Amino acid sequence: MRFDSLLDSLGGTPLVGLPKLSPAPDVRLWAKLEDRNPTGSVKDRPAWWMIQRAEKDGLLKPGATILEPTSGNTGISLAMAATLRGYRLVCVMPENTSIERRQLLEMWGAKIIFSPAAGGSNEAVRRAKALAGEHPDWVLLYQYGNEANSLAHYETTGPEIFADLPTITHFVAGLGTTGTLMGVGRYLREQVPQVQIVAAEPRYGELVYGLRNIDEGFVPELYDESVLTTRFSVPSRDALRRTRELLEQEGIFAGISTGGVLHAALGVAAKAVKAGRRADIAFIVADGGWKYLSTGAYGGTLDEAERRLEGQLWA
Amino acid sequence: MAIEVRIPTIMRNLTDGAKAVEGKGGTLDELFSDLDDRHPGLRERLVDDKGLRRFVNVYLNDEDVRFLGGLDTQVSDGDTVTVLPAVAGG
Repeated sequence: MRFDSLLDSLGGTPLVGLPKLSPAPDVRLWAKLEDRNPTGSVKDRPAWWMIQRAEKDGLLKPGATILEPTSGNTGISLAMAATLRGYRLVCVMPENTSIERRQLLEMWGAKIIFSPAAGGSNEAVRRAKALAGEHPDWVLLYQYGNEANSLAHYETTGPEIFADLPTITHFVAGLGTTGTLMGVGRYLREQVPQVQIVAAEPRYGELVYGLRNIDEGFVPELYDESVLTTRFSVPSRDALRRTRELLEQEGIFAGISTGGVLHAALGVAAKAVKAGRRADIAFIVADGGWKYLSTGAYGGTLDEAERRLEGQLWA
Repeated sequence: MAIEVRIPTIMRNLTDGAKAVEGKGGTLDELFSDLDDRHPGLRERLVDDKGLRRFVNVYLNDEDVRFLGGLDTQVSDGDTVTVLPAVAGG
């Protein structure tokens, strides 16, 4: 395959079957390998869509500064695209994220402002909104409320999955900004009205939920509950266990959030087997494991890995 | 046996610091009322006149109760209910 530039090569990722983890011949799991994108994560799609939209709307002019709250992947994607398009990038990122994310952001020329660990991404969002007020010339793309985020998935990820798997019965993805689930979910439901859209939300250690009061809670503006069939909260231990199973049984080296998604997908698969129904379950591998090697997720016992991950934002 | 309810740090002032408390009831609504007898004020932090509060997420055995039946969700002995504030990802 030949492309005019790196950004033109975005998307078109493989959908691969999981012959060992699929529980029955007619209940099958399919992994959409989003780590095969230019910067190695699914976020390349929304990042590039948000930049193109802002350019069309006249918000981004050469030399402009983009501001974004991010726990890592969106920032890395934006940093790459911003470099190619001639923009500066300022990321607000929680301090309890892996060292690799910082290194990658800095490598692509982004400036990082750290927000406190307690409160997780909520604090990063709050800080970014405050900074946007102080710097009216900076462009806050705001992945949590930017329609171009879910639109990227509606226009690319969704159609790709449906073209490869027209017999799809379930779609499972991680819930963060909700962009993937909203965009792919809406597209698939138009094609297959009975399709089940399942969210897997990471359940972090207590530190991350250390808000001062409940009113500091956060629900992304993009979130529309009616798109989902159901939503699971996956503890870090289950996410770690499944990340290792995916590696050991199917050879796929994925990030920790993918383990959480696989956990939900396997739960859905077990239900289908029990009910005697056929199922084709597609799920998103949001990124590879490279950025999480320093967290110790892949070595030692599960107990050790779980302890090391306590307090970290692993998705 | 009873139903275990895990309480987030920001609500533990109502449970004398306990990370988890036990309660009973046939529905989530009844369970919250039962808890409120021993931990006054807890119910009001979880529920308003429209149902579950916007920034409160409640999971029954790891599944979001908003997709199960909300406050009318059936619960039974041995279940685990987890309460968490809504946080951002991405």
